[in-house]
Amino acid sequence: MSIVEMIERLGALVIDGVAQLGAFVLFLLSAVFYVFVPPFKPRLWIRQTRIIGADSLFLIVLIGAFTGMVLGLQGYNTLRRFGSSGALGTVVALVLVRELGPVLAALMIAARAGSAMAAELGSMQSTEQIDALTVMAINPVQYLVSPRVLAGVISFPLLTSIFDVVGIYGGYAVGVGLMGAPAGPYFNGIAAAMDSHDIMTGIWKALVFGVVVMWVCCYKGYHAERMATGVSRATTEAVVLSSVLILAFDYFLTSILL
Amino acid sequence: MSETEINHSDGNGATVADASSGGNAIEVRDLRKSFSHQQVLDGITLDFPAGRITTIVGPSGSGKTVLLKHLNLLLRPDSGTIVIDGVEATKISGRALDAVREKFGMLFQAGALFDSMPIFDNVAFPLVEKTRLTTPEIAERVHETLRAVGLEGMENKFPSQMSGGMQKRAALARALVRHPKILMLDEPTTGLDPTRTGAIHDLIRRTQENFQLTVVMVSHDVPAVFEVSDRVAFLHNGRTHLNGTVAEVMAADDEVFKRFLAGKASGEDEAAVAG
Repeated sequence: MSIVEMIERLGALVIDGVAQLGAFVLFLLSAVFYVFVPPFKPRLWIRQTRIIGADSLFLIVLIGAFTGMVLGLQGYNTLRRFGSSGALGTVVALVLVRELGPVLAALMIAARAGSAMAAELGSMQSTEQIDALTVMAINPVQYLVSPRVLAGVISFPLLTSIFDVVGIYGGYAVGVGLMGAPAGPYFNGIAAAMDSHDIMTGIWKALVFGVVVMWVCCYKGYHAERMATGVSRATTEAVVLSSVLILAFDYFLTSILL
Repeated sequence: MSETEINHSDGNGATVADASSGGNAIEVRDLRKSFSHQQVLDGITLDFPAGRITTIVGPSGSGKTVLLKHLNLLLRPDSGTIVIDGVEATKISGRALDAVREKFGMLFQAGALFDSMPIFDNVAFPLVEKTRLTTPEIAERVHETLRAVGLEGMENKFPSQMSGGMQKRAALARALVRHPKILMLDEPTTGLDPTRTGAIHDLIRRTQENFQLTVVMVSHDVPAVFEVSDRVAFLHNGRTHLNGTVAEVMAADDEVFKRFLAGKASGEDEAAVAG
């Protein structure tokens, strides 16, 4: 391969990458734009909020409880070495509210609701249901994507808050109930050490993760290839990319909000 | 390969408007489209007379489906024009584009029914989303349309609970429920046995007569589909190879078309298969 051919291929790759990135960003802008453009379909985003939010509740409670229990166990054993087991509540709450709550809740929702969303839209793409909407003069982004993005923005902070609360009680059950950490300082310490900035840090992260997960999962499903492996590939890519972006955005948001 | 306009021609592959049929519902002029340097449509010029069933046939890869996706405005051409019901449709967007789309109903190859909805909701969907009809009016229209396609009593079934033929009929009901002027059908009998194929063809003819529709149909199902068609356009290599009434096309002394009818590969196809 000559140098000119190599440069041509490299150039083609760069152009293709920039075009895909542009399409990816425009997809989100379009979805957000159509949230504010009539006709408004409240039943669509209520349905999506139920699918993303209510249907994920059991999973979020389960994971939140076990996460808090592990934090209670590890936190108690670590703090006891320094004679600080009274700070267990503060540690569990801060770790959950600022960091683990938004990240783990987002990863769980991406795995459960995000993958289902990518598969559903991918299936609709491969069976021409999205084309059918277009031919009926119904904007498919407005009908399919905007309600999901809006539902994500509503559901993620709510689910994250539930995850945090359940996790704090899980930490209490194990740290105080099982391991014998002092009960009084657990909740008193949380009230004293945690302020609104800590809570808002978690909420902002949940909001951003909500948009990111819905954006990625809808994009991947919407643009699934019309072939046998198209839906499965779209679903896998949606979950992997969502997870990577959740962790990457978590770092940048933590840097900004610290 | 030269284009052949068998009858009613203006000399450029286009059909001269027939006064008895009310002119052309769709006029395609010099339509070109390529994908990744492959020319799929290579200057298609074709008319679809109003109130007639025009069937587009041709071997795989001849550009039938791509042409249909231009006619229903899912794809934009590289060049050329498409006039639908008097509106030049290739350069419009937004509400103007929606207004043109609302003139036609489309039956997709696989039906494209929404599998999360029962048949009633599927058929009602265009009315719910695009009209201001009341719920009883919508229900009446849906029942009336389902009755017309022979699916009365199937309102609560989901698409997955129905046979292929019933799904096609349900999809046809959805395409018809808004009383479109133009009906586009993409391979309406693919995957059906000969009995059901005949039933669908009868339904298409009956529906066209009842609603006075202009029907554009893409089909592989030759020669059976000719029984239901008024006109036939035979595409080959992205061009309109033959175009005329069924009788004219069938009588044409054209080697490529005869090989297609006989199910024999063209010389080019044989070379491609041979590698």
